[in-house]
Amino acid sequence: MALAYDPRRPPLVLLVPALAAGAGMLVPLGYLVTRALEGTGASAAELILRARTLELLGNTLALVACVLALSTLIALPLALLVTRTDVAPRRAISILCVLPLAIPGYVMAYALIGLSGYYGFLNAAFGVTLPRLQGLFGATLALSLYVFPYIFLNLRSALLGMDPSLVEAARSLGRSPWRTFRDVTLPHLMPALLSGWLVVGLYVIGDFGAVALMRYEVFSYAIYNQYAGAFDRVYAAWLSLILVALTVSILLAEGLLARRRRYARTGTGVARAAGAFRLGRWRPLAYAFLGLVFAASIGLPLAVILYWMSFGGEAIDWSRIAAAAARTAATAAPAAALATLLALPVALLSARFSSRPIWFLERLAYFGYAVPPLPFALAMVFFALSTLPALYQTLPLLVLAYGLSFLALAVGPARAALLQAGGRMEEAARSLGRSGAAAFVAVTLPTISRSLVAGFLLVFILVVKELPIAALLAPTGWTTLSMNVFSRTVEGQLFEAAPYALITVLFSSLFVGLILSHEGRRR
Amino acid sequence: MFKRPLLLIGLAAVPALFAGAASAQDLTIYSGRGESFVAPVIEMFEKESGKDVEVRYGGTAELATLLKEEGANTPADLFWAQDGGALGATADLFEALPAELSAGENPQFKNADNKWVGTSARARVLVYSTERAPKDQLPDSVLKLTDPAWKGKVGWAPANGSFQAFVTALRVKEGEEAAKAWVDGMVANGAKTYPNNVALVQAIADGEIDVALVNNYYLNRFLQRDSKFPVAMTFFKNGDIGNLLNVAGVGVLKTSDAKETAQDFAEFLLTPAVQQYFTSAGNEYPVIEGVIPNPSLASVADIKAAAPEVPLDQLSDLEGTLNLLRSANLL
Repeated sequence: MALAYDPRRPPLVLLVPALAAGAGMLVPLGYLVTRALEGTGASAAELILRARTLELLGNTLALVACVLALSTLIALPLALLVTRTDVAPRRAISILCVLPLAIPGYVMAYALIGLSGYYGFLNAAFGVTLPRLQGLFGATLALSLYVFPYIFLNLRSALLGMDPSLVEAARSLGRSPWRTFRDVTLPHLMPALLSGWLVVGLYVIGDFGAVALMRYEVFSYAIYNQYAGAFDRVYAAWLSLILVALTVSILLAEGLLARRRRYARTGTGVARAAGAFRLGRWRPLAYAFLGLVFAASIGLPLAVILYWMSFGGEAIDWSRIAAAAARTAATAAPAAALATLLALPVALLSARFSSRPIWFLERLAYFGYAVPPLPFALAMVFFALSTLPALYQTLPLLVLAYGLSFLALAVGPARAALLQAGGRMEEAARSLGRSGAAAFVAVTLPTISRSLVAGFLLVFILVVKELPIAALLAPTGWTTLSMNVFSRTVEGQLFEAAPYALITVLFSSLFVGLILSHEGRRR
Repeated sequence: MFKRPLLLIGLAAVPALFAGAASAQDLTIYSGRGESFVAPVIEMFEKESGKDVEVRYGGTAELATLLKEEGANTPADLFWAQDGGALGATADLFEALPAELSAGENPQFKNADNKWVGTSARARVLVYSTERAPKDQLPDSVLKLTDPAWKGKVGWAPANGSFQAFVTALRVKEGEEAAKAWVDGMVANGAKTYPNNVALVQAIADGEIDVALVNNYYLNRFLQRDSKFPVAMTFFKNGDIGNLLNVAGVGVLKTSDAKETAQDFAEFLLTPAVQQYFTSAGNEYPVIEGVIPNPSLASVADIKAAAPEVPLDQLSDLEGTLNLLRSANLL
């Protein structure tokens, strides 16, 4: 049967927006390069080639390694408990495992900081003055406690999708449960683990709020210090480029590692759900672990925020907080809409018109996501000031930056849904006389709408939590919730920061809840 | 809500279209001073003048750099910096203010060409732990903090604008080599780096350090909330560079399309009522006569006696200071 469209000639209506998105990613980065090259060669080399740069690189990599290790140690047992044992209530535990996503890193850092010190929660409650958590340890804790859900989600779906007969075969051949786990289950989890590590690793490299509050000097913190404290931007541009190179090489490395492995059932038998392991006398230990994880990742931030809320002083000015929340929503909604609308043509192109340039276009979307937010925002500042000064410090530029930065998150689900939907139904509609566009709207769009909404919600929630892009690009006076939490915590005003932190957490848990219920209906 | 997703998603984009309408303010200020301190003053001005003011908050050096980079495209009408050095470094962007605006002001606190005026004065001080650093054992000069007795006990904030102004003054007064020797000596002595002054004062109370170099007004904010807060402050010996007297001040940008309102604002900051607020609530020093002194501060005569002789207009070489701090891997 002839296809209703020519797979080699993508229509302009799709190409133009997709190309615009791709250019939107690359052009600002070009300005970053121009800016970096502005410095005189000698002084630039002097700035870059010094022990400090190496130290920043070492710190950044150490932080990534520590966060990956700790968050895997949290996520792997959680995923095994939820998928392989008779732990109950399973659904509630799964939701609690994902909920920490609603707590931004700077709020987690805020909570850990608010715990210790002269005025800290611990001193007030138990008379213990702990030194302030900081450095590698503090940053690892703050980041791991809220990024582990990314790894948990990946591991859970891999475990649910795994054929239990593999494990049964190994066991029947005499392997112990531990060796079975090590030799059979663990290798099968590697692809899921790798993609989870990629997301978390990129996130850790890009994070700015938690490391700044924990005073751990990694690349993004140094870039911000250079931006905020120095009189020239050349060094900041150079550090940004080094950081971009780092994330791109991680992206490539993951691509290589993932390509060499293949784990799929080759037979045509029926994959069954795995039998549940009875916890028996391990039950108290399992619940103790769950309790510890949830207390640290959800209970602690809420308790510390509420403690600081109750802490003496002035009345809370709710009207200011409501205004900040409204500004945050008015940024996040159009940004998520833009990301979703741009994702549609990119996903359509990549699902239906396979060619090298189009593959490259789709990769560009992921590249935009991998570029750490601080360099991306810096590039946007350089770009806007030199090319489009009218856009500089306007909401449209902020929305554009977010839309491009988070485009990949909306492309992923849309593309998957398009591949699942296939093109047959749409072809049938066209053969019955509908035009191409009308057939798409009438047939395909309704079937992928859920995925579009899921992408929209995901981008929305990430924009609500986002800090560095807002800090550099927000119009004067347009302070979002995250900027308020951060600026007050940096100034040691933990009490003043508390209501903003609380609203941020409530706001984003609402949307995490929406996504979860959305997921639930799909099952 | 999942039936018509595109319609909803499209509707979500609507607020962006109205963004332009919201930005019609009468005066845009770039403030290197913190929001908690500045916001009440802005509100007073808005009420009194009926004008609508927007403020962009950031570090003083960050905003000075931004102003240079934005050039003619800057939305800013007025720059409120927390350091005379940064004002000096951006003075070429400023329109001269009418001389009568700051007629009552001590010439020590303003630019000779009226490019900028100081709006409040502050002194560098040494804060110390009342538990671990008895007053009689404190050094009489900031230069003695490199002494082994203070190893690992001193905190500083190299990214802070006021600290950088102090280092510039050190370079001006004692020479480049002495300044470099001091910075390197502090690093070798294990001086601990903190992001800002508040964190330094807090760190003393938390037991992380014993003494720190800060501006005079931070400690009082803690003491006003909690009189038992275990930190106190003192000057070094009279004339020591560690007692540098600096100002926070404002300049009106040449490129502004609201110069008159900006000047009105500068004038407003120099009225007795606002100067009283600066000293009573902000714990800074007034720059005009006839303000009731803050009882918890040393007198204006005392800080003038303690301060070294360094004209603020000479503190504009921030670049040299930043290079010095970078060479010590502090930035």
